[in-house]
Amino acid sequence: MTTKLFGEPVQRREDPRLLTGGGRYLDDLGPDALAAAFVRAPHAHARIRDIDVGPALDVEGLVAIYTWEDLPERVGRPLPLLIPHPALTHGRTAYPLARDVVRHVGEPVVMVVAADRYAAEDACALIEVDYEVLKPVVGLEEAVQGAALVHEDVPGNVGAHLVQEVPGADGRGAREAIETAPHTLAFRLDIERSASMPLEGRGVHARWDGRDLRVHSSTQTSTSVRMAVAAALGLPLPRVEVIAPDVGGGFGVKIVHPWPEEILVPWAAMTLGREIKWTEDRREHFISSAHERGQVQYVRVGFDDDGRVLGLDVTILHDHGAYTPYGIIVPIVTSTQLLGPYKIGAYRVEFSAVYTNTVQVTPYRGAGRPQGVFCMERTMDKIARHLGRDRAEVRAANFIGPGEFPYDQGMTFQDGRPLIYDSGDYPEMLRLLKELIGWDSFERAPGRGIGIGCYVEGTGVGPYEGGHVQITSDGRVHVSTGLTSQGQGHETVFAQIAASELGVPIERISVVTGDTRRFGYAVGTFASRAAVVSGSAIALACRKVREKALRIAADALEADPADLEITDGIVHVAGAPNAAVPLSTVAVLANPLRYAFDEETARATQFAGAAAPDRPPVAEGEEPGLEGRDYYSPIRSTFAAGMHAAIVETDPDTAEIRVLRYAVVHDCGRLINPMIVEGQIHGGVAQGIGGALYERMAYDPHGQLVNASFMDFLMPYATEVPHVETAHLETPSPLNPLGVKGAGEAGVIPVSAVIASAIEDAEGFPIDRMPISPSDLFHLRTT
Amino acid sequence: MEHEITLVVNGAARRVRVPARRLLSDCLRHDLGLTGTHVGCEHGVCGCCTVLLDGEPVRSCLTFAVTVDGREITTVEGLAGPDGLSPVQRAFAECHGLQCGFCTPGFLCTVTAFLEANPVPTEEEVLEGISGNLCRCTGYQNIVKAVHRAAELMAEEA
Repeated sequence: MTTKLFGEPVQRREDPRLLTGGGRYLDDLGPDALAAAFVRAPHAHARIRDIDVGPALDVEGLVAIYTWEDLPERVGRPLPLLIPHPALTHGRTAYPLARDVVRHVGEPVVMVVAADRYAAEDACALIEVDYEVLKPVVGLEEAVQGAALVHEDVPGNVGAHLVQEVPGADGRGAREAIETAPHTLAFRLDIERSASMPLEGRGVHARWDGRDLRVHSSTQTSTSVRMAVAAALGLPLPRVEVIAPDVGGGFGVKIVHPWPEEILVPWAAMTLGREIKWTEDRREHFISSAHERGQVQYVRVGFDDDGRVLGLDVTILHDHGAYTPYGIIVPIVTSTQLLGPYKIGAYRVEFSAVYTNTVQVTPYRGAGRPQGVFCMERTMDKIARHLGRDRAEVRAANFIGPGEFPYDQGMTFQDGRPLIYDSGDYPEMLRLLKELIGWDSFERAPGRGIGIGCYVEGTGVGPYEGGHVQITSDGRVHVSTGLTSQGQGHETVFAQIAASELGVPIERISVVTGDTRRFGYAVGTFASRAAVVSGSAIALACRKVREKALRIAADALEADPADLEITDGIVHVAGAPNAAVPLSTVAVLANPLRYAFDEETARATQFAGAAAPDRPPVAEGEEPGLEGRDYYSPIRSTFAAGMHAAIVETDPDTAEIRVLRYAVVHDCGRLINPMIVEGQIHGGVAQGIGGALYERMAYDPHGQLVNASFMDFLMPYATEVPHVETAHLETPSPLNPLGVKGAGEAGVIPVSAVIASAIEDAEGFPIDRMPISPSDLFHLRTT
Repeated sequence: MEHEITLVVNGAARRVRVPARRLLSDCLRHDLGLTGTHVGCEHGVCGCCTVLLDGEPVRSCLTFAVTVDGREITTVEGLAGPDGLSPVQRAFAECHGLQCGFCTPGFLCTVTAFLEANPVPTEEEVLEGISGNLCRCTGYQNIVKAVHRAAELMAEEA
């Protein structure tokens, strides 16, 4: 690496356009497109008796109205169940437009297309849908009773049930280990629903030219939207392109695909031969996209006098809302990642995932980890309290040692691969955290408490990502990868990787993500995987290109490739800067062209003419051009880790909770851009604070989401988020060529556990339910 | 019924015919093609749509275009000067005060007006000054830093 940009806080290359109004978000596209709007179910559970579109037909600007009956068979099928699992015995997905029954408020029933959004909404307001209201199922406890059913053919509302057991070293199961343990505790822990809530909602724009379909979607996976759209519309894949433009935040919700609108808008564009756009509004996002987090967890734990866990038995009730398009990833992640940085003697985890008449549940940043960490960390605190020991000391007694990696937890992770931690140093991390927050010198006072939370996060899941790197005859480097960006700064970090690998100034590098015209095979941006998987793929592609460049340059310079280096975009013999050829010329040499378009290609025709007449101009096994493509397919996930601590103050009268300090020690392996990693952590912690203290989805008994607006769903402003103090530990991953681990989700994961720990410390009674509002705390004080 | 109005947007008079119910945000974005102003909630809470009306920050999603006929409006597209990015814009880049960039135009307009009125703000005043804008990406820490940095840049360049 000659241009040492890897590891530097390089300023973002995205910023100049985003700071000047030059971003291109979904609703900025297609200024002349027709607008789509949807009539959505006002009831949580109802049978559609009749739809009368008559009153809407006179609306000026109306173009079309569609109900499920208008959809061709292929388009009207239930949406795919993306991630099947043997334990998901009763997976159910929605129809793109409701067929007979609606199962949550917000389910799309009718699509309207009109000249603009105002007219489309006018028409929506006039369409009359006659419903027979059915009994809704709201809340986990009601769902498991199974008295009323969300899906008639799903008994007890149970979509999935899974038991996983890891015996202890002595071969005994968790329940037996707990029975015979010196100490046991049993308790229940609840986490309520929240949601990703990006400031830009979803949106789709489609254009059909009679042969080819171009779709823009505010998505976390353009390649998979492309395949889903091609499949649903019966189009050959090469005739569909999907592009993720600038995306205004995702946090998980935009990995779900295809959304009904991603099928319906392109279909309508083809049917009408018109450009069509749908932009989700905020209420739609609340009631029609996805939520997460809602779980009830029952814990039994057995431990010894030092607080070492001998057996842990966890039963999870998971609320997956009305449908399961994304399978049961969330409770699987909770079940596996609950173990954190600890060696648990024997472990048993059982979950039931149940349907309710509420918005479907799919991964939101953290994806089940916040619940699992809440479970494990509350357990550690309870053990410490029971034994009268320091909470940090109890954690340390259970840590996996730095010499024990790779550490096999004996389970199957979300990617279907063994849960084997690749590297880490948890005792050192705890030491750093205690130092940063001043754990040992903290002075306890009434209404002041300190809390702690630790986690391990599987990141960089496979199956693969790819990178393509092309150096053109102007010396510019064009990098593309199929996965998308939603604010993570991929244009910057991937350019840093390419600059470092190729020895080219970053100014000459451009990066394109999420555009199937540039790269067709990808998985998507989720599970803190972009830097690990695409970053590694891009590095590997750069190495291919570099190798080719050195080979061609060696020929031109009559040197040995092993003696060559690339500095500032110039290939030169090490120690002899005058024996040099710029990459722009190497790119020319790599393409023996016949036509002289410009000065560079004129030189190419000259070189082509000079080639040996008894050999083909493009040598066997070679390709024209200076470009390379490679893929990185990780054998397993790489496991990042972190530990957070907070100091809180609670008001003796109002029970207001203030976070006075918040400290984070984080290990995501080698840092590509520390400024961006810090930013990811800050943002994650802020979402965690929202989930711990403010955000909940308030469903009433009828299944109405009564706080479906930013007026009532309390996302934190700057005034609610504490200053985050950070320290980094770098234990490189041995699994990938860059030694990196994912960082995107990290910040959010332990926050509810940490805040609960601190409030419990301040108040002296258990905090077993999050989020916690001042009223909740006030009531706890009086009971 | 449509109304003909004139908005002075980023220094240029723009004549446009709009129905009475056209939101200023939609008018800017769809009628005038200034898509830098974003719409995050359409109920005046998130602040993404903040623009400057005669120099004062307003929610363009809660403003009917017809009600600001003849007034001066500055959008994110109008913040940079002839010499490049404004101090506020530069400070946001330098301090990594944006991630996805969707809320950013609203913050930039809010902060521009805020520093105009209060060139040397305290930490508390900065928090208060940006407490009407939501950001889901940054956790605000670097935005707060950027506001202080912008104040410094403005002082240096005054």
